Amino acid sequence: MITNTPSTKLEEWRYADSKALDSFAPEAFEKTQKIAVQQSDTYRECLSFDSSGPLLHRVSIDLAKNARAEVFAVIAAGDYTRVELEVNLASGAHFEFGGITIGGGNAVREFVTRTIHNAPDATSNQTVRSVHWDEATGNFLGRIDVGREGQRTDAAQDFKALLLEKGAAANAKPELEIFADDVKCAHGAAIGQMDEMARFYMASRGLSPDIAKRLLVRAFIADALGELNDEAQQERLFDVALASLSEAAL
Amino acid sequence: MLQINDLHAEIDGKTILKGLSLTVNAGEIHAIMGPNGAGKSTLSYVLGGRPGYEVTGGSVTFNGTDLLALDPHERAATGLFLGFQYPVEIPGVSNLQFLREALNSQRAQRDQEPLTGGEFIKLAKEKAGLLKLDMEMLKRNVNVGFSGGEKKRNEMVQMGILDPAFAILDETDSGLDIDALKVVGEGINAIMRQPEKAVLLITHYQRLLDYVQPDFVHILSDGRIVKTGDAELARQLEAGGYDEVMAA
Repeated sequence: MITNTPSTKLEEWRYADSKALDSFAPEAFEKTQKIAVQQSDTYRECLSFDSSGPLLHRVSIDLAKNARAEVFAVIAAGDYTRVELEVNLASGAHFEFGGITIGGGNAVREFVTRTIHNAPDATSNQTVRSVHWDEATGNFLGRIDVGREGQRTDAAQDFKALLLEKGAAANAKPELEIFADDVKCAHGAAIGQMDEMARFYMASRGLSPDIAKRLLVRAFIADALGELNDEAQQERLFDVALASLSEAAL
Repeated sequence: MLQINDLHAEIDGKTILKGLSLTVNAGEIHAIMGPNGAGKSTLSYVLGGRPGYEVTGGSVTFNGTDLLALDPHERAATGLFLGFQYPVEIPGVSNLQFLREALNSQRAQRDQEPLTGGEFIKLAKEKAGLLKLDMEMLKRNVNVGFSGGEKKRNEMVQMGILDPAFAILDETDSGLDIDALKVVGEGINAIMRQPEKAVLLITHYQRLLDYVQPDFVHILSDGRIVKTGDAELARQLEAGGYDEVMAA
Protein backbone atom coordinates (compact mmCIF):
# COMPACT_ATOMS: atom_id res chain seq x y z
CA MET A 1 0.00 0.00 0.00
CA ILE A 2 1.23 3.44 -0.89
CA THR A 3 0.82 6.02 1.83
CA ASN A 4 2.83 8.81 0.29
CA THR A 5 3.08 10.29 -3.14
CA PRO A 6 5.04 7.73 -5.16
CA SER A 7 8.37 8.68 -6.64
CA THR A 8 9.13 8.23 -10.31
CA LYS A 9 12.20 6.33 -9.11
CA LEU A 10 9.88 3.40 -8.49
CA GLU A 11 9.67 1.07 -11.47
CA GLU A 12 5.90 1.15 -11.78
CA TRP A 13 5.88 4.95 -11.70
CA ARG A 14 8.95 5.62 -13.79
CA TYR A 15 7.13 7.17 -16.76
CA ALA A 16 4.53 9.06 -14.71
CA ASP A 17 4.25 12.83 -14.64
CA SER A 18 5.83 13.69 -11.26
CA LYS A 19 4.33 17.17 -11.22
CA ALA A 20 0.85 15.73 -11.67
CA LEU A 21 1.55 13.17 -8.93
CA ASP A 22 2.34 15.98 -6.50
CA SER A 23 -1.05 17.51 -7.21
CA PHE A 24 -2.90 14.46 -5.88
CA ALA A 25 -3.99 14.20 -2.26
CA PRO A 26 -2.20 11.24 -0.60
CA GLU A 27 -5.53 9.38 -0.25
CA ALA A 28 -5.84 9.27 -4.01
CA PHE A 29 -3.12 6.63 -4.07
CA GLU A 30 -5.07 4.35 -1.76
CA LYS A 31 -8.43 4.53 -3.44
CA THR A 32 -9.10 1.30 -5.32
CA GLN A 33 -12.32 0.03 -6.75
CA LYS A 34 -12.71 -3.64 -5.81
CA ILE A 35 -14.63 -6.03 -7.97
CA ALA A 36 -15.30 -9.71 -7.38
CA VAL A 37 -16.58 -11.79 -10.25
CA GLN A 38 -18.33 -14.99 -9.21
CA GLN A 39 -17.70 -18.42 -10.64
CA SER A 40 -18.42 -18.60 -14.39
CA ASP A 41 -19.78 -15.05 -14.45
CA THR A 42 -18.66 -12.40 -16.92
CA TYR A 43 -17.89 -8.85 -15.92
CA ARG A 44 -17.50 -6.19 -18.57
CA GLU A 45 -16.53 -2.57 -18.18
CA CYS A 46 -16.02 0.09 -20.83
CA LEU A 47 -14.17 3.10 -19.47
CA SER A 48 -13.46 6.37 -21.17
CA PHE A 49 -11.52 9.33 -19.85
CA ASP A 50 -11.70 12.61 -21.71
CA SER A 51 -12.00 15.23 -18.99
CA SER A 52 -9.29 17.63 -17.90
CA GLY A 53 -7.33 17.54 -14.67
CA PRO A 54 -5.00 14.76 -13.49
CA LEU A 55 -6.72 11.50 -12.72
CA LEU A 56 -5.91 8.17 -11.12
CA HIS A 57 -8.23 5.25 -11.65
CA ARG A 58 -7.42 2.01 -9.86
CA VAL A 59 -9.38 -1.19 -10.14
CA SER A 60 -8.71 -4.53 -8.53
CA ILE A 61 -10.58 -7.52 -9.91
CA ASP A 62 -10.84 -10.99 -8.36
CA LEU A 63 -11.91 -13.63 -10.82
CA ALA A 64 -13.38 -16.83 -9.39
CA LYS A 65 -13.08 -20.16 -11.17
CA ASN A 66 -13.95 -19.88 -14.88
CA ALA A 67 -15.02 -16.28 -14.47
CA ARG A 68 -14.25 -13.69 -17.12
CA ALA A 69 -13.42 -10.01 -16.95
CA GLU A 70 -13.37 -7.74 -19.97
CA VAL A 71 -12.10 -4.22 -19.53
CA PHE A 72 -11.90 -1.75 -22.39
CA ALA A 73 -10.59 1.73 -21.75
CA VAL A 74 -9.82 4.85 -23.72
CA ILE A 75 -7.64 7.56 -22.22
CA ALA A 76 -8.16 10.69 -24.29
CA ALA A 77 -7.97 13.14 -21.40
CA GLY A 78 -6.07 16.40 -21.57
CA ASP A 79 -3.99 15.84 -18.44
CA TYR A 80 -2.06 13.11 -16.69
CA THR A 81 -4.25 10.04 -16.53
CA ARG A 82 -3.27 6.69 -15.10
CA VAL A 83 -5.45 3.61 -15.17
CA GLU A 84 -4.24 0.74 -13.00
CA LEU A 85 -5.72 -2.70 -13.16
CA GLU A 86 -4.84 -5.57 -10.89
CA VAL A 87 -6.41 -8.87 -11.77
CA ASN A 88 -6.28 -12.10 -9.80
CA LEU A 89 -7.26 -15.14 -11.80
CA ALA A 90 -8.58 -18.40 -10.33
CA SER A 91 -8.34 -21.56 -12.40
CA GLY A 92 -9.87 -21.39 -15.86
CA ALA A 93 -10.55 -17.66 -15.57
CA HIS A 94 -9.92 -15.20 -18.39
CA PHE A 95 -8.95 -11.53 -18.38
CA GLU A 96 -9.38 -9.51 -21.55
CA PHE A 97 -8.05 -5.98 -21.74
CA GLY A 98 -8.13 -3.49 -24.58
CA GLY A 99 -6.64 -0.08 -23.95
CA ILE A 100 -6.19 3.04 -26.04
CA THR A 101 -4.22 6.14 -25.14
CA ILE A 102 -4.59 9.00 -27.57
CA GLY A 103 -3.88 12.70 -27.50
CA GLY A 104 -1.54 15.62 -27.82
CA GLY A 105 -0.39 18.43 -25.53
CA ASN A 106 2.27 17.37 -23.07
CA ALA A 107 0.18 14.96 -21.02
CA VAL A 108 1.25 11.48 -19.97
CA ARG A 109 -1.44 8.86 -20.40
CA GLU A 110 -0.76 5.39 -19.06
CA PHE A 111 -2.06 1.94 -18.38
CA VAL A 112 -0.48 -0.09 -15.64
CA THR A 113 -1.67 -3.65 -15.30
CA ARG A 114 -0.74 -6.45 -12.97
CA THR A 115 -2.08 -9.82 -13.94
CA ILE A 116 -1.71 -12.54 -11.35
CA HIS A 117 -1.89 -16.11 -12.56
CA ASN A 118 -1.71 -18.08 -9.34
CA ALA A 119 -4.02 -20.87 -10.45
CA PRO A 120 -3.86 -23.31 -13.37
CA ASP A 121 -5.47 -22.98 -16.81
CA ALA A 122 -6.21 -19.28 -16.65
CA THR A 123 -5.71 -17.04 -19.64
CA SER A 124 -5.24 -13.34 -20.24
CA ASN A 125 -5.01 -11.17 -23.31
CA GLN A 126 -4.04 -7.51 -23.31
CA THR A 127 -3.93 -5.23 -26.33
CA VAL A 128 -2.92 -1.59 -26.02
CA ARG A 129 -2.68 0.99 -28.80
CA SER A 130 -1.25 4.48 -28.32
CA VAL A 131 -1.56 7.39 -30.73
CA HIS A 132 0.18 10.64 -29.79
CA TRP A 133 1.31 13.97 -31.15
CA ASP A 134 2.79 17.23 -29.79
CA GLU A 135 4.86 16.36 -26.72
CA ALA A 136 2.48 13.72 -25.42
CA THR A 137 3.45 10.33 -24.00
CA GLY A 138 1.59 7.03 -23.90
CA ASN A 139 2.69 4.16 -21.66
CA PHE A 140 1.82 0.56 -21.06
CA LEU A 141 3.40 -1.11 -18.08
CA GLY A 142 2.22 -4.67 -17.97
CA ARG A 143 3.34 -6.99 -15.24
CA ILE A 144 2.44 -10.64 -15.31
CA ASP A 145 3.07 -12.83 -12.28
CA VAL A 146 2.74 -16.55 -12.81
CA GLY A 147 3.02 -18.37 -9.51
CA ARG A 148 4.01 -22.00 -8.95
CA GLU A 149 0.40 -23.09 -9.22
CA GLY A 150 -0.14 -21.25 -12.49
CA GLN A 151 0.44 -24.21 -14.79
CA ARG A 152 -0.83 -23.95 -18.36
CA THR A 153 -1.20 -20.22 -18.06
CA ASP A 154 -1.61 -18.51 -21.43
CA ALA A 155 -0.93 -14.81 -21.10
CA ALA A 156 -0.45 -12.39 -23.98
CA GLN A 157 0.40 -8.71 -24.20
CA ASP A 158 0.57 -6.64 -27.32
CA PHE A 159 1.49 -2.97 -27.50
CA LYS A 160 1.76 -0.75 -30.53
CA ALA A 161 2.23 3.00 -30.69
CA LEU A 162 1.74 5.41 -33.55
CA LEU A 163 3.57 8.70 -33.14
CA LEU A 164 2.19 11.37 -35.45
CA GLU A 165 4.81 14.00 -34.70
CA LYS A 166 8.38 14.30 -33.54
CA GLY A 167 8.33 15.00 -29.83
CA ALA A 168 5.63 12.49 -28.97
CA ALA A 169 6.76 9.39 -27.10
CA ALA A 170 5.63 5.94 -26.07
CA ASN A 171 6.96 3.51 -23.50
CA ALA A 172 6.25 -0.17 -23.22
CA LYS A 173 7.39 -2.14 -20.24
CA PRO A 174 6.39 -5.76 -20.12
CA GLU A 175 7.48 -7.48 -16.94
CA LEU A 176 7.11 -11.20 -16.57
CA GLU A 177 7.76 -13.21 -13.42
CA ILE A 178 7.18 -16.85 -13.99
CA PHE A 179 7.54 -19.64 -11.44
CA ALA A 180 5.55 -22.37 -13.19
CA ASP A 181 7.14 -24.47 -15.92
CA ASP A 182 4.25 -25.06 -18.34
CA VAL A 183 3.38 -21.53 -19.34
CA LYS A 184 2.80 -19.53 -22.50
CA CYS A 185 3.54 -15.83 -22.22
CA ALA A 186 3.74 -13.79 -25.39
CA HIS A 187 4.47 -10.13 -25.55
CA GLY A 188 5.18 -7.74 -28.36
CA ALA A 189 5.80 -4.02 -28.65
CA ALA A 190 6.28 -1.78 -31.66
CA ILE A 191 6.48 1.95 -32.09
CA GLY A 192 6.09 3.55 -35.49
CA GLN A 193 4.96 6.48 -37.54
CA MET A 194 2.14 7.04 -39.98
CA ASP A 195 2.70 5.19 -43.24
CA GLU A 196 3.49 8.03 -45.66
CA MET A 197 2.85 5.90 -48.71
CA ALA A 198 -0.60 4.95 -47.40
CA ARG A 199 -1.35 8.63 -46.83
CA PHE A 200 -0.29 9.54 -50.36
CA TYR A 201 -2.26 6.62 -51.79
CA MET A 202 -5.37 7.79 -49.97
CA ALA A 203 -4.82 11.40 -51.03
CA SER A 204 -4.39 10.30 -54.64
CA ARG A 205 -7.91 8.89 -54.43
CA GLY A 206 -9.24 12.23 -53.25
CA LEU A 207 -9.36 11.67 -49.50
CA SER A 208 -8.58 14.87 -47.65
CA PRO A 209 -5.66 14.54 -45.21
CA ASP A 210 -7.89 14.73 -42.13
CA ILE A 211 -10.22 11.99 -43.33
CA ALA A 212 -7.27 9.82 -44.36
CA LYS A 213 -5.66 10.34 -40.98
CA ARG A 214 -8.90 9.48 -39.20
CA LEU A 215 -9.32 6.26 -41.20
CA LEU A 216 -5.72 5.21 -40.57
CA VAL A 217 -5.85 5.98 -36.86
CA ARG A 218 -9.18 4.23 -36.48
CA ALA A 219 -7.76 1.16 -38.20
CA PHE A 220 -4.72 1.29 -35.93
CA ILE A 221 -6.62 1.49 -32.64
CA ALA A 222 -9.29 -1.00 -33.76
CA ASP A 223 -7.17 -3.95 -32.54
CA ALA A 224 -7.69 -2.82 -28.96
CA LEU A 225 -11.47 -3.03 -29.32
CA GLY A 226 -11.57 -6.16 -31.45
CA GLU A 227 -12.74 -8.38 -28.60
CA LEU A 228 -15.46 -5.98 -27.47
CA ASN A 229 -18.63 -7.70 -28.48
CA ASP A 230 -20.95 -4.72 -28.23
CA GLU A 231 -21.15 -2.54 -31.28
CA ALA A 232 -22.72 0.47 -29.54
CA GLN A 233 -20.01 0.52 -26.85
CA GLN A 234 -17.36 -0.01 -29.49
CA GLU A 235 -18.58 3.01 -31.46
CA ARG A 236 -18.79 5.09 -28.31
CA LEU A 237 -15.17 4.33 -27.45
CA PHE A 238 -14.07 5.01 -31.04
CA ASP A 239 -15.87 8.36 -30.88
CA VAL A 240 -14.15 9.35 -27.64
CA ALA A 241 -10.78 8.36 -29.06
CA LEU A 242 -11.19 10.05 -32.43
CA ALA A 243 -12.76 13.25 -31.08
CA SER A 244 -9.40 14.45 -29.79
CA LEU A 245 -7.82 13.70 -33.16
CA SER A 246 -10.18 15.97 -35.08
CA GLU A 247 -9.24 18.86 -32.80
CA ALA A 248 -5.54 18.31 -33.36
CA ALA A 249 -3.73 20.60 -35.77
CA LEU A 250 -1.54 18.13 -37.57
CA MET B 1 -6.23 18.96 -71.37
CA LEU B 2 -2.80 18.37 -69.83
CA GLN B 3 0.18 20.54 -70.73
CA ILE B 4 3.55 19.70 -69.26
CA ASN B 5 6.12 22.32 -70.11
CA ASP B 6 9.88 21.98 -69.52
CA LEU B 7 9.35 20.07 -66.27
CA HIS B 8 12.31 19.58 -63.98
CA ALA B 9 12.06 17.52 -60.81
CA GLU B 10 14.34 15.96 -58.25
CA ILE B 11 14.27 13.49 -55.38
CA ASP B 12 16.70 13.88 -52.48
CA GLY B 13 18.70 16.39 -54.50
CA LYS B 14 19.02 14.05 -57.49
CA THR B 15 17.60 15.49 -60.71
CA ILE B 16 15.36 12.97 -62.46
CA LEU B 17 13.20 14.98 -64.87
CA LYS B 18 15.28 17.30 -67.02
CA GLY B 19 12.98 19.41 -69.14
CA LEU B 20 10.06 17.16 -69.99
CA SER B 21 7.36 18.59 -72.24
CA LEU B 22 4.16 16.84 -73.27
CA THR B 23 0.67 17.83 -74.36
CA VAL B 24 -2.28 15.47 -74.03
CA ASN B 25 -5.64 16.45 -75.52
CA ALA B 26 -9.05 15.12 -74.59
CA GLY B 27 -9.89 11.88 -76.39
CA GLU B 28 -6.24 10.80 -76.64
CA ILE B 29 -4.33 7.89 -75.20
CA HIS B 30 -0.60 8.40 -74.86
CA ALA B 31 1.86 5.66 -74.01
CA ILE B 32 5.17 6.43 -72.37
CA MET B 33 7.87 3.83 -72.71
CA GLY B 34 11.48 4.00 -71.74
CA PRO B 35 14.38 2.19 -70.15
CA ASN B 36 14.61 1.59 -66.41
CA GLY B 37 15.59 4.72 -64.52
CA ALA B 38 14.43 7.08 -67.29
CA GLY B 39 12.02 8.86 -64.93
CA LYS B 40 8.67 7.27 -65.88
CA SER B 41 7.47 6.59 -62.34
CA THR B 42 8.89 9.92 -61.19
CA LEU B 43 6.72 11.63 -63.79
CA SER B 44 3.61 9.89 -62.48
CA TYR B 45 4.46 10.73 -58.86
CA VAL B 46 5.22 14.36 -59.69
CA LEU B 47 1.87 14.68 -61.47
CA GLY B 48 0.14 13.01 -58.51
CA GLY B 49 1.94 15.26 -56.01
CA ARG B 50 3.80 12.69 -53.94
CA PRO B 51 5.68 14.34 -51.04
CA GLY B 52 9.44 14.34 -51.54
CA TYR B 53 9.22 14.77 -55.32
CA GLU B 54 10.30 18.34 -55.77
CA VAL B 55 9.55 20.32 -58.90
CA THR B 56 12.48 22.63 -59.59
CA GLY B 57 11.30 24.10 -62.88
CA GLY B 58 8.62 24.14 -65.56
CA SER B 59 4.85 23.97 -65.32
CA VAL B 60 1.94 21.57 -65.49
CA THR B 61 -1.50 22.82 -66.46
CA PHE B 62 -4.57 20.60 -66.22
CA ASN B 63 -7.74 21.95 -67.83
CA GLY B 64 -6.37 25.45 -67.33
CA THR B 65 -5.50 24.93 -63.66
CA ASP B 66 -1.96 25.06 -62.29
CA LEU B 67 -1.78 21.42 -61.20
CA LEU B 68 1.42 21.83 -59.20
CA ALA B 69 -0.24 24.37 -56.89
CA LEU B 70 -2.77 21.77 -55.71
CA ASP B 71 -2.47 19.21 -52.92
CA PRO B 72 -2.69 15.56 -53.98
CA HIS B 73 -6.32 15.14 -52.87
CA GLU B 74 -7.28 18.35 -54.69
CA ARG B 75 -5.66 17.02 -57.87
CA ALA B 76 -7.82 13.91 -57.55
CA ALA B 77 -10.94 16.04 -57.12
CA THR B 78 -10.19 17.94 -60.33
CA GLY B 79 -10.35 14.61 -62.17
CA LEU B 80 -6.83 13.20 -62.05
CA PHE B 81 -6.34 9.52 -61.24
CA LEU B 82 -3.02 7.86 -60.53
CA GLY B 83 -2.86 4.08 -60.98
CA PHE B 84 0.00 2.81 -58.82
CA GLN B 85 2.70 0.46 -59.95
CA TYR B 86 2.68 -0.97 -56.43
CA PRO B 87 -0.78 -0.41 -54.96
CA VAL B 88 -0.53 0.20 -51.23
CA GLU B 89 -1.95 -2.14 -48.59
CA ILE B 90 -4.02 -0.47 -45.89
CA PRO B 91 -4.74 -2.90 -43.05
CA GLY B 92 -7.91 -2.24 -41.10
CA VAL B 93 -9.64 -0.17 -43.80
CA SER B 94 -12.08 -1.96 -46.09
CA ASN B 95 -11.99 -1.29 -49.80
CA LEU B 96 -15.64 -0.27 -49.88
CA GLN B 97 -15.32 2.11 -46.96
CA PHE B 98 -12.13 3.57 -48.43
CA LEU B 99 -13.67 4.13 -51.87
CA ARG B 100 -16.91 5.54 -50.58
CA GLU B 101 -15.03 8.01 -48.38
CA ALA B 102 -12.76 8.86 -51.33
CA LEU B 103 -15.61 9.38 -53.78
CA ASN B 104 -17.63 11.46 -51.36
CA SER B 105 -14.55 13.44 -50.36
CA GLN B 106 -14.02 14.25 -54.05
CA ARG B 107 -17.70 15.10 -54.49
CA ALA B 108 -17.59 17.42 -51.48
CA GLN B 109 -14.62 19.26 -52.98
CA ARG B 110 -16.67 19.68 -56.17
CA ASP B 111 -19.73 20.88 -54.19
CA GLN B 112 -21.67 17.75 -55.12
CA GLU B 113 -24.00 15.77 -52.85
CA PRO B 114 -22.53 12.59 -51.35
CA LEU B 115 -23.69 9.23 -52.70
CA THR B 116 -25.89 7.21 -50.36
CA GLY B 117 -24.79 3.74 -49.25
CA GLY B 118 -27.18 2.10 -51.70
CA GLU B 119 -26.11 4.22 -54.66
CA PHE B 120 -22.48 3.54 -53.88
CA ILE B 121 -22.89 -0.24 -53.60
CA LYS B 122 -24.69 -0.30 -56.95
CA LEU B 123 -21.85 1.63 -58.57
CA ALA B 124 -19.18 -0.57 -56.94
CA LYS B 125 -20.94 -3.76 -58.10
CA GLU B 126 -21.12 -2.51 -61.67
CA LYS B 127 -17.42 -1.57 -61.82
CA ALA B 128 -16.25 -4.72 -60.04
CA GLY B 129 -18.24 -6.74 -62.59
CA LEU B 130 -16.57 -4.88 -65.43
CA LEU B 131 -13.12 -5.84 -64.11
CA LYS B 132 -14.26 -9.34 -63.07
CA LEU B 133 -13.27 -8.66 -59.46
CA ASP B 134 -15.33 -10.53 -56.86
CA MET B 135 -17.44 -8.18 -54.70
CA GLU B 136 -16.07 -10.13 -51.71
CA MET B 137 -12.64 -8.68 -52.53
CA LEU B 138 -14.08 -5.19 -52.17
CA LYS B 139 -15.23 -6.01 -48.66
CA ARG B 140 -11.71 -6.95 -47.63
CA ASN B 141 -9.07 -4.54 -46.41
CA VAL B 142 -7.51 -2.38 -49.12
CA ASN B 143 -5.11 -4.59 -51.10
CA VAL B 144 -4.26 -6.69 -48.02
CA GLY B 145 -3.55 -10.26 -49.08
CA PHE B 146 -4.33 -9.48 -52.73
CA SER B 147 -2.15 -11.07 -55.41
CA GLY B 148 -0.27 -8.75 -57.76
CA GLY B 149 -2.94 -9.18 -60.42
CA GLU B 150 -5.79 -8.59 -57.98
CA LYS B 151 -4.17 -5.38 -56.80
CA LYS B 152 -3.97 -4.08 -60.37
CA ARG B 153 -7.58 -5.03 -61.10
CA ASN B 154 -8.56 -3.33 -57.87
CA GLU B 155 -6.82 -0.18 -59.13
CA MET B 156 -9.00 -0.32 -62.24
CA VAL B 157 -12.16 -0.87 -60.18
CA GLN B 158 -11.21 2.21 -58.18
CA MET B 159 -10.71 4.12 -61.41
CA GLY B 160 -14.13 3.00 -62.60
CA ILE B 161 -15.82 4.13 -59.41
CA LEU B 162 -14.01 7.46 -59.19
CA ASP B 163 -14.56 8.09 -62.93
CA PRO B 164 -11.65 10.51 -63.53
CA ALA B 165 -11.21 12.71 -66.60
CA PHE B 166 -7.52 11.88 -66.80
CA ALA B 167 -5.73 8.71 -65.76
CA ILE B 168 -2.01 8.17 -65.34
CA LEU B 169 -1.46 4.44 -65.21
CA ASP B 170 2.00 3.48 -64.00
CA GLU B 171 2.85 -0.02 -65.20
CA THR B 172 -0.67 -1.23 -64.64
CA ASP B 173 0.20 -4.22 -66.85
CA SER B 174 3.12 -5.48 -64.78
CA GLY B 175 2.34 -8.55 -62.72
CA LEU B 176 -0.69 -9.48 -64.81
CA ASP B 177 -1.16 -12.84 -66.51
CA ILE B 178 -2.41 -12.90 -70.10
CA ASP B 179 -6.10 -13.24 -69.21
CA ALA B 180 -5.94 -10.52 -66.56
CA LEU B 181 -4.10 -8.25 -68.99
CA LYS B 182 -7.00 -8.57 -71.42
CA VAL B 183 -9.56 -7.81 -68.70
CA VAL B 184 -7.59 -4.78 -67.52
CA GLY B 185 -7.08 -3.56 -71.09
CA GLU B 186 -10.78 -3.82 -71.82
CA GLY B 187 -11.50 -2.11 -68.51
CA ILE B 188 -9.30 0.84 -69.44
CA ASN B 189 -11.08 1.14 -72.78
CA ALA B 190 -14.55 0.92 -71.23
CA ILE B 191 -13.82 3.49 -68.52
CA MET B 192 -11.46 5.90 -70.24
CA ARG B 193 -11.83 5.62 -74.03
CA GLN B 194 -14.18 8.60 -74.29
CA PRO B 195 -14.02 11.89 -76.18
CA GLU B 196 -13.80 13.98 -72.99
CA LYS B 197 -11.18 11.80 -71.26
CA ALA B 198 -7.52 11.04 -71.71
CA VAL B 199 -4.94 8.51 -70.52
CA LEU B 200 -1.21 8.47 -69.97
CA LEU B 201 -0.09 4.85 -70.00
CA ILE B 202 3.34 4.09 -68.62
CA THR B 203 4.41 0.66 -69.72
CA HIS B 204 7.39 -1.52 -70.56
CA TYR B 205 5.58 -3.81 -72.92
CA GLN B 206 3.88 -3.70 -76.27
CA ARG B 207 1.34 -6.30 -75.09
CA LEU B 208 -0.96 -3.92 -73.20
CA LEU B 209 -0.97 -1.66 -76.25
CA ASP B 210 -2.52 -4.48 -78.27
CA TYR B 211 -5.63 -4.01 -76.13
CA VAL B 212 -5.41 -0.29 -75.49
CA GLN B 213 -4.45 1.32 -78.79
CA PRO B 214 -2.37 4.43 -78.13
CA ASP B 215 -2.70 7.51 -80.32
CA PHE B 216 0.85 8.53 -79.45
CA VAL B 217 3.87 6.66 -78.15
CA HIS B 218 6.70 8.56 -76.48
CA ILE B 219 10.12 7.37 -75.47
CA LEU B 220 11.28 8.83 -72.18
CA SER B 221 15.01 8.70 -71.63
CA ASP B 222 17.16 10.45 -69.05
CA GLY B 223 14.35 12.71 -67.90
CA ARG B 224 13.16 13.92 -71.30
CA ILE B 225 10.94 12.77 -74.12
CA VAL B 226 13.39 11.94 -76.87
CA LYS B 227 11.13 10.46 -79.52
CA THR B 228 7.43 10.52 -80.33
CA GLY B 229 5.53 8.36 -82.77
CA ASP B 230 2.39 6.29 -83.12
CA ALA B 231 1.64 2.67 -82.21
CA GLU B 232 4.23 1.58 -84.76
CA LEU B 233 6.99 3.02 -82.56
CA ALA B 234 6.05 0.63 -79.75
CA ARG B 235 6.28 -2.30 -82.14
CA GLN B 236 9.73 -1.18 -83.28
CA LEU B 237 10.82 -0.97 -79.64
CA GLU B 238 9.54 -4.45 -78.94
CA ALA B 239 11.49 -5.76 -81.91
CA GLY B 240 14.69 -3.74 -81.70
CA GLY B 241 15.07 -2.42 -78.15
CA TYR B 242 15.70 1.12 -76.97
CA ASP B 243 19.30 1.51 -78.13
CA GLU B 244 18.49 0.59 -81.72
CA VAL B 245 15.33 2.71 -82.02
CA MET B 246 16.81 5.74 -80.28
CA ALA B 247 19.93 5.61 -82.47
CA ALA B 248 17.81 5.47 -85.65
